[in-house]
Amino acid sequence: MSEAEASRPILALKGVSKSFGAVRALRDVSLELFGGEAHALAGENGAGKSTLVKTLAGVHRPDGGEILLDGEPVVFDGPAAAQAAGVAVIYQEPTLFPDLSVAENIFMGRQPRTGLRRIDRKAMRARTAALFQRLGVGLDPGQPARGLSIADQQLVEIAKALSRDARVLVMDEPTAALSGNEVARLFGVVEALREQGRAVLFISHRLDEIFELCQRVTTLRDGVRIAGEPVAGLTHEDLIRRMVGRDLGALYPGRQTAPGEVALKVERLTREGVFTDVSFEVRRGEIAALAGLVGAGRSEVARAVFGIDRFDAGKVTVNGARLPAASPTAAMAAGLALVPEDRRQQGLVMEMSIERNIGLTGLSSLRRGPVISRAAERARATDWALRLQLKFARLGDGVGVLSGGNQQKVVLAKWLATNPSVLIVDEPTRGIDVGTKAEVHRLLSELAGQGIAVLMISSDLPEVLGMADRVLVMHEGRLTAEIPRAAATEESVMAAATGRAA
Amino acid sequence: MAPDPIPAAPVPASAVNRGGAGRFLRWDVLVTALLIAVFLGGASTSTGFASVDNLSFALGDLGEIALIALAMTLLVVAAEVDLSVASVLGLSSALVGALWDAGMAIETIIPLVVVVGMVCGLVNGLLVTRLGLPSLAVTIGTLALYRGLAYVVLGDRAVAQFPPGYVSLAVDNVPGTPIPYPVALFALLAVVTGVVLHATGAGRALFAIGAQEEAAFFAGIRVKRVKLVLFVLSGTVAAFAGVIYTLRYGSARADNGLGIELAVIAAVLLGGVDFDGGKGTLGGVIAGVLLIGLLRNLLMLNDVATEIQSIVTGLLLIVSVLTPRLAALVRRRRRAPAV
Repeated sequence: MSEAEASRPILALKGVSKSFGAVRALRDVSLELFGGEAHALAGENGAGKSTLVKTLAGVHRPDGGEILLDGEPVVFDGPAAAQAAGVAVIYQEPTLFPDLSVAENIFMGRQPRTGLRRIDRKAMRARTAALFQRLGVGLDPGQPARGLSIADQQLVEIAKALSRDARVLVMDEPTAALSGNEVARLFGVVEALREQGRAVLFISHRLDEIFELCQRVTTLRDGVRIAGEPVAGLTHEDLIRRMVGRDLGALYPGRQTAPGEVALKVERLTREGVFTDVSFEVRRGEIAALAGLVGAGRSEVARAVFGIDRFDAGKVTVNGARLPAASPTAAMAAGLALVPEDRRQQGLVMEMSIERNIGLTGLSSLRRGPVISRAAERARATDWALRLQLKFARLGDGVGVLSGGNQQKVVLAKWLATNPSVLIVDEPTRGIDVGTKAEVHRLLSELAGQGIAVLMISSDLPEVLGMADRVLVMHEGRLTAEIPRAAATEESVMAAATGRAA
Repeated sequence: MAPDPIPAAPVPASAVNRGGAGRFLRWDVLVTALLIAVFLGGASTSTGFASVDNLSFALGDLGEIALIALAMTLLVVAAEVDLSVASVLGLSSALVGALWDAGMAIETIIPLVVVVGMVCGLVNGLLVTRLGLPSLAVTIGTLALYRGLAYVVLGDRAVAQFPPGYVSLAVDNVPGTPIPYPVALFALLAVVTGVVLHATGAGRALFAIGAQEEAAFFAGIRVKRVKLVLFVLSGTVAAFAGVIYTLRYGSARADNGLGIELAVIAAVLLGGVDFDGGKGTLGGVIAGVLLIGLLRNLLMLNDVATEIQSIVTGLLLIVSVLTPRLAALVRRRRRAPAV
């Protein structure tokens, strides 16, 4: 690569603005993506990151400013134009054709042909294998896409981008749903892309990842570029201050714990092929974290405890009373609450309003005679919206208009309104911004302080270490370790999570 | 029974909810406007259309469809459907005929037949909830099955000569009004259904199930039980509608009510209930039922062939599924996506 090429960005935004009605999503934003560089885009939810990504992807056309490709102004009048210009976007959860093989997915619509215009499967497989080799990953080109983990699906998307010879790869929160070693593998791939002289725009809510992976970071706040600078020399606090415009209190609140009696007791719980012989207790007033790799069976245990799934053996006791199997209704009545992993599918009815979502867990308590009291429903929603500092325009608005962090607050509100004695939270801060994340952490601490037993499932290791009084670690469906707060370190938890612990 | 999204308390009038309910209020209004247009159009082109006698007849002719539409509304809001209703009606009619022919008292026959309807609904419901089969497929199967049973029960025969007291209950008007008894029953049940759907916890649960079944289940709603109850209800109502149909025409036949499931579903969808569940109002459905009724009556008055009537029903069905989607598309184009 010549000196001139290295100093000129492959793709740049210059003074780009974009408005949706009265909302100014981007205001005079500039960004330069250099070959061989991983560039982080930081900002809270609603800061304009998605709009920027969609502008690069050709989904949105800017109202003002220009896009420069190799220094020349270009117009992306659609996603196809952006793709043709060498820009590829890897979304958080790629959509592949599940019944086609990995190779067929990569070459969809552009399959290599034989002389007789038939699809040349051999060439397709060979080229796919070559792509994977360049990325340093060991996926089988002939494997069907169905059953691939999200991490593997992302790699397929990246390979697809390479097969189109994309020079700019935009990764929109690729790590949100990945486990520790999957993240490490993705980072390896990004390194390989950099070595090939490609530019990477990387979006993540996890600051550690930005510091580990990226050379340069651009921070957006309320649609405005706050800073664009090298990562070297920056501290976490600097970056957070740029994102939120103020200093946050400590991300993890300190807390005095005084565990009370056992609230949730799980004994020898087994669901064949999913998890085996899982036993643990959670006491009132403590936060127990359930750590492990994605796929270790943590969420599945939570689902079985709450009655979503059946289990084959074992028992669950809440405040001394044994729960019947497979009845969320009974679990709720016993004082259990579950904030599920998938906010949009399991946590909320997206088409319903904020107040109806919060009311959904209390339909019987909101009754006045045979009908629901609208006043009681509104009071319940208002009360919790205020307590959780929900940012909303009207309680009658659909939850779909809220940001991810505020949606999560609605899910929390919906469950806290049931006055639970045991709260299970599954990935409570996945995909939400730093500011809200700190609020959720503070809230969980407060709840534990009020005597609620909290079981927190999290793939975010700093969160586990920062929040938990005790860390339970699962590996391949079994509980492999129980580590008290004092002994919990990244090393000890990861060792147990990967099965290396004694 | 349109829902009122405006709360009594602290929100100013300007803050009227423009969310899901607000949008469908507009669809209700549209259908009601169409209803009025059809009425006025009919009144000016067909003599006798707007007469009290004809409207009373049109309403009475609509009774079974209207009753079944109430149960169907609840099902479709919960994102399920029951296509076997017309066959349950036919089976019920055939049973009434066969048992009456065999000399059983009508007082025994009616409850018996309604129980058979419950069982028909239970079978649908169990197949859907226990085996996890799609209701569209299950009830297409039982549509054929129950109609077949109706022929087994009564063959090609027609049984008539039912006791005049009961016949008049199905045919006559409530004294002093132009409203036939079955329509009065419909009005009563419509109020009950409207309250259940729009004001009770059960109604909220239905909307939640229809909009996002998994989230409803996670919120402790007994999704399968609720659906089972809906199917049983649908079968029960269809069987009772079969009794009314039989008495009203004074003739029990195995092919009674053939194909009316389409009119019922057209009315429900025309009323603004989303076929994918989670959206709709009972007010809209009532407007939809009346619209279908008036159109059928107009076509009949003008001696339009039944084939054409069937074409109109089919077109209405398609239009009612298509229009909200087109409207949503237009809205999305106009209102740019959120940030």
